[in-house]
Amino acid sequence: MAALIFLGASTSADQKRLSIYSSVANYTLPVTDRLGREYVGLLEVLEPLGRISAHLDGQHWKMRFNNSDGDFVAGRTRAKVRGRDLDLSGPFLIENSRGMVPLSSLNTLLQRFLGNQVNLHEAARRLFIGDIATQVTAQLDSSTPPRLVLNFTAPVNPTISTEPGKLKMVFGREPLVPPANNPLAFESSTISQTNFSESNGTAELTIAASAPLMASFSNNGRTITITATGQPAAPGTGTSPVVGEAPPSESPPAPVPAPGTSPVTGETPPPDSAPVRLPLAIVDPAHGGAERGAALSETLAEKNVTLGFGRLLRHELERQGCAVMLLREGDDSLTLDQRAEAGNAARALIYISLHAASEGNGARVYTALLSREGPDQGPFHAWNAAQTHALPLSQSVAAAIVNEMQKREFSARSLSASLRPLNNLVVPAVAVELAPGPNGVADLPSANYQQKAAAAIADAVASQRQRLETQP
Amino acid sequence: MIPRHLTLGVAVLLVIVLSMGIYLNRMRRSADEMQRLAADTRPVAAPASGPTETVTLYVADDVIGSLRSQSAQIPLPGGRQQRAEELLRALLRIYQQPDSPHPLAPTAEIRSIYLVDPGVAVIDLNTAFADQHRSSILGEQLTVNSLVETLAANVPGITQVRILVDGNSRETLAGHADLSEFFDVNAVGQAVTQGGQ
Repeated sequence: MAALIFLGASTSADQKRLSIYSSVANYTLPVTDRLGREYVGLLEVLEPLGRISAHLDGQHWKMRFNNSDGDFVAGRTRAKVRGRDLDLSGPFLIENSRGMVPLSSLNTLLQRFLGNQVNLHEAARRLFIGDIATQVTAQLDSSTPPRLVLNFTAPVNPTISTEPGKLKMVFGREPLVPPANNPLAFESSTISQTNFSESNGTAELTIAASAPLMASFSNNGRTITITATGQPAAPGTGTSPVVGEAPPSESPPAPVPAPGTSPVTGETPPPDSAPVRLPLAIVDPAHGGAERGAALSETLAEKNVTLGFGRLLRHELERQGCAVMLLREGDDSLTLDQRAEAGNAARALIYISLHAASEGNGARVYTALLSREGPDQGPFHAWNAAQTHALPLSQSVAAAIVNEMQKREFSARSLSASLRPLNNLVVPAVAVELAPGPNGVADLPSANYQQKAAAAIADAVASQRQRLETQP
Repeated sequence: MIPRHLTLGVAVLLVIVLSMGIYLNRMRRSADEMQRLAADTRPVAAPASGPTETVTLYVADDVIGSLRSQSAQIPLPGGRQQRAEELLRALLRIYQQPDSPHPLAPTAEIRSIYLVDPGVAVIDLNTAFADQHRSSILGEQLTVNSLVETLAANVPGITQVRILVDGNSRETLAGHADLSEFFDVNAVGQAVTQGGQ
């Protein structure tokens, strides 16, 4: 289980990745090294941004994004986009029918496709589409103890960690850009400096201090207040002051989330209050890697539809104020046990597994069909019937999703299925199987179609949030 | 005059050529027969014998996405195990017809069914049944529900069903329906009733 706690962290730490920020969705994609350059899958880059289709025609990888056509040839550095030639700065590659372009070409390529301002921070692998940047200002309050107030132009939800002499805030999904003055030094011996840096798809704010720090959120996640809580370390001891250690009991620090999860946004809980349950939703795009899932058409695999659907659902859930853990960001392979362990370790409010099928229409929402297993042994649940206690809540969420979908004239029904990992989860869990719409299977990869379903799911989760948060 | 040893040599060679020809001909016939047998998928088991009975089959229908009950008259042998096998083979024949409401591969087979007291039925499918099954949660669950409900409705006393493929445990039927556990007949029945599956 411990290995799975670090599931998200392992992908973030070991793998190169590109973060893309746009008004439609913020998402992260894996970056691979080929021919001494960094490459990304073009389909994956464009998928959340609009309707896209692609097919392989000999050495030509032909694609259509909204109303724009692109023609890429394997091994060539020039491509034709919207009828005009474009330099990719490196050869176009085709791997397993996936078209891959050099990372450095995304600036010009996306500008051509989107007709929008695109700003690529290539070294940090961060891509900004349109006027999307989140600005930050810092102000040191000279009260005792000193407080540093960070104001952001949009809500933020960083992962907070501490190191000796530092408090770090990592912004994985926020389009945070450097402040006007960086680094920013303060005339205080307790909180001396803030420094912005960015790398591997994330931005980081580091606050240097000589005393333990506490972070609290306010103003709907737009303000983070950093307060020094302890005494500065005695000078001349020869050791670095330890910052972020457990502060005195009357002022506990903001909870630092498990790696791979998004932290809570909100005020720091008052002393002696019950621990705040993370409003975390886990979105699991089923299948991945060598396990392609159903062949929805000759060229469309279930694993690709679920990934695009998962990214849109993450965006919709975030709009509803949930922190979201997407179990796979790219074409990764996860076992069913790993998926279940991730859900159980994170103690999510809701676990949503996403599937797609070429049969029927609309969507089907499933809860676990449990087998008869041995009774729980004390605090230990039978693995194959771990869902038993959460099943009534799962069924409420499933009914709410069906209700929200039907409100949007989206055909939906609620069913039971012997589908792993639903029965292995101790938290409420549902699976949504997206089926074709009025245009048949062609609807399945459509961003508009998926968006409609994702919005219904997110609204349903929001409507059940109070019940979910009070679950035992 | 032809020397005697040359005559003998030619005669021996002729005998060898003749023998080889006969041997090759037999080999060719044997290969043809093996090919013919391999292509013949007709069952070799004796046909079911016994009085014809009216049974209820729970047939999956992809259009409505649920099971519908259908009466059928089939000859059923006396033994419980053989009876269970004939039931599911009758169900499978419906799925293998050209106008099937829930098509399954023509080469799909119910290899055998084992009834283990108290109340456990183990259905052994052949590999083609699972490998060529369409992949989807609904489609796979309908197949499972159909097998379990048909067995439970016609063979009294079954409370749990396990599905194997080619004698082995398998994680899923075709990527979704979990086959690693026993199916609880009551739970499946409730799901079918409540969800209309």
